[in-house]
Amino acid sequence: MFVAPDFQQLRARIAALGPEAVERALAKGRLDLDDLAALLSPAAEAFLPQLARRSAQLTSQRFGNVIQLYAPLYLSSFCTNRCAYCGFSADNAMSRRVLSFAEAEAEAMILHRRGFNHILLVSGEAPAKVGVEYLETLALRLRDKFAAISIEVQPLAADEYARLFAAGITSVAVYQETYDRAVYDRVHLGGKKRDFDYRLATPERAAVAGLREVGIGALLGLSDWRAEGLAMGHHLSYLRKEFWRTGLTVSFPRIRPAEGGFAPLAAVSERDLTQLIFALRLFDPDLGLYLSTREEARYRDGMLGLGPNRYSAGSCTVPGGYGDTEASGAQFEIDDQRSLDAVSVAIRAKGLDPVRKDWDAIFQQQDQGRRLAA
Amino acid sequence: MLTIAGKTFRSRLFTGTGKFSSPQVMQAALTASGSEMVTVALRRVDLHDPADDIMSVLARDHFFFLPNTAGARNASEAVRLAKLAESSGGGNWVKLEVTPDPRTLLPDPVETLAATGELVKAGFVVLPYMNADPILALRLQDAGAAAVMPLGSPIGTNQGVLTRFQVAIIIEQARVPVVVDAGIGAPSHAAEAMEMGADAVLVNTAIAVAGDPVRMAQAFAKAVEAGREAYEAGLGARRSEAEASSPQAGLDFLRE
Repeated sequence: MFVAPDFQQLRARIAALGPEAVERALAKGRLDLDDLAALLSPAAEAFLPQLARRSAQLTSQRFGNVIQLYAPLYLSSFCTNRCAYCGFSADNAMSRRVLSFAEAEAEAMILHRRGFNHILLVSGEAPAKVGVEYLETLALRLRDKFAAISIEVQPLAADEYARLFAAGITSVAVYQETYDRAVYDRVHLGGKKRDFDYRLATPERAAVAGLREVGIGALLGLSDWRAEGLAMGHHLSYLRKEFWRTGLTVSFPRIRPAEGGFAPLAAVSERDLTQLIFALRLFDPDLGLYLSTREEARYRDGMLGLGPNRYSAGSCTVPGGYGDTEASGAQFEIDDQRSLDAVSVAIRAKGLDPVRKDWDAIFQQQDQGRRLAA
Repeated sequence: MLTIAGKTFRSRLFTGTGKFSSPQVMQAALTASGSEMVTVALRRVDLHDPADDIMSVLARDHFFFLPNTAGARNASEAVRLAKLAESSGGGNWVKLEVTPDPRTLLPDPVETLAATGELVKAGFVVLPYMNADPILALRLQDAGAAAVMPLGSPIGTNQGVLTRFQVAIIIEQARVPVVVDAGIGAPSHAAEAMEMGADAVLVNTAIAVAGDPVRMAQAFAKAVEAGREAYEAGLGARRSEAEASSPQAGLDFLRE
C-alpha cells in the first residue's frame, strides 16, 4: 500500500534545490523524483519558459495535436462529510437533490446531443442516495450511448469497483485533496472522509479492480502546492510500478468560491499552477492531464497545447442543471462558461483537434447477459 | 508491388490517422504521402456515423482502411473490437494491437499470438503489431498472420530502427510481408528500414506532429521509394575497413 511521505520533509527537500538542479532536470530524458522536486522548487520559476517548451513538445509527441473533451454530470448534492472547502458539505444549509435514473439519463442525453461522448459522473458521499447499486444501474443504462464513462464519487471497495467496471465504468478519479496530513485533519471535520489512509489507498483499489484509468489530484489552496506536487509524484511512481496496466491521470482543481465561503489556506497563483502542471508533464509524459472549467477561459486557452490534454466544456455543477438552468445548489462556481462548440473553436484556433471520442464502450462489454438483465 | 493477402499496394508507406491537428490537415498529409493503406483506431472513430470526423474526410476509393485495436489490453478485447469493426462495415482486415501497458504501449506477445489465432479462425486478415522478436514473428506467421509488423522502437518515440538486428532476422526468415511499424521518426529511418528489405513501413506520429505535415508526408514518400529502390538495386556490403575501388589485394605473386 502507498505510504504518503512526510509532508514537511517534502517541503524541505524542495527548498534545498537550486538552479543547477533545475538545469540538470531539464537536460535529462527520464526524470526521477529528485528532478521533479527541482522543477517544483522556487528556483525553477525562472525557467518557466523552458518548462513550457519541453512540456508542449512532450505533450504533442505523446498525445498528438489533440485535446480530449468531456463533461461532468452531477448526480447528487447529498453528502455525509463535513469538508470546510466544499459547497456540498453536510454543514451547509442548502436544498439538495439526487437525480432519479430517468432524470440522470435525461441529463446525460442533453450532453450526448451537445456532442459529448465522454462523461464524468459526480456525486457527494452519501451511499444511501448514490451507492454502488445506483452507479451500476445508471452505468448499464448509459453505456451504449457513451464511449467512456468515468466516476468521481466516494471511495469504494475493490469488489465494488469491479462491479462498476463490468457495468461499463472506464475510470475513477479520487483526489486526496491534500497529502498534508495535518491540514487534511483540519479541513475534514466529519464523515468517512476523515480517514486519510482509506482515501489514499483508493486509487490502488480501483486499479486492482481493473479500471482502465485512475485519476489523482490535490485540491490546490489547502497546503503548499510544491509539496503536493512532489507527493503526487511519489504516488504516481508507486502506482506505475504496482499497476502497470492502469493509465494514470492528474487533475489540478484550484479552490473556487463555494457555498460556505471558505477562503484558501495557501495561495496558488496562475504561475504556480502552471509550474505544477509543467513539472508533472516533464516527470511523467504519459499522464493524462485535466484542466477543468474551474479555470477561466483566458487561462484555459493560453494553456492549450502546453501540457493539459483533457478539457471539460459547458460544465454545470448542479444536479439536474443541464435540463433546468434555473437549478441552484452548485458544488462550486465554474469560471469558463463557454459551450462545447465555443471551446472547440478555441481549440482549433490553437491548431489542435478537439476530440470527442477516443474510447469505445465495446472494450468492456464482455458480459452481454448482465447487460440485458438490467 | 507489395501484395498482402491478395491485395496489391503501389505505395509501401502505410500511414495512421492519429495525432493530427485537424481532420483537414490529416487528409492533406495522407493524400500527399501517396499512401494507400491507412490505419484507423476503432476507439477513435464511430463507424456507424457517416459524419464521423475522420472517416468522412478520407475517400474510401482512395484509401484502404486498416482498422486497429489500439487500447486493447488483452486478446478478448482485441477480438471483440475487430468483430465490432467487421459488423459495422469496417471489413475483415485488422491491425492487431494489444498493448496492456498504457505508458510504453508495447505489444503483449502472449495475447497478440492468442488473438491472431482466434481472428484468423474467424476469417480475418490479421496484421499484428509486435515487438521485434524473430521467433514471435514465425509463430504469428504460423498462426496465419497476413503480415508481421515489428516495431523499430517504442511507438511515438521517433527513435528509428533501434531493433535493426532483430528486424533483419525477421525479414530474412519471414514468408509474409514485414512492415516496420512504430518509432520511425525521420525519413532517413524509413529509408533505412526499406534498405534492409522491409516490405513497407508505417508512419504516423512523425508526420502528424511535424511542423508541416504535408511536406513531411512527401519527404517520407520519397524516402520509402529511395530505400526500396536501393534494396532492389542491391546495396554494397558494409565493411569495417576501407577498401580500394580497384583492388590489388597483394596477390601479385600469383603466377597464373
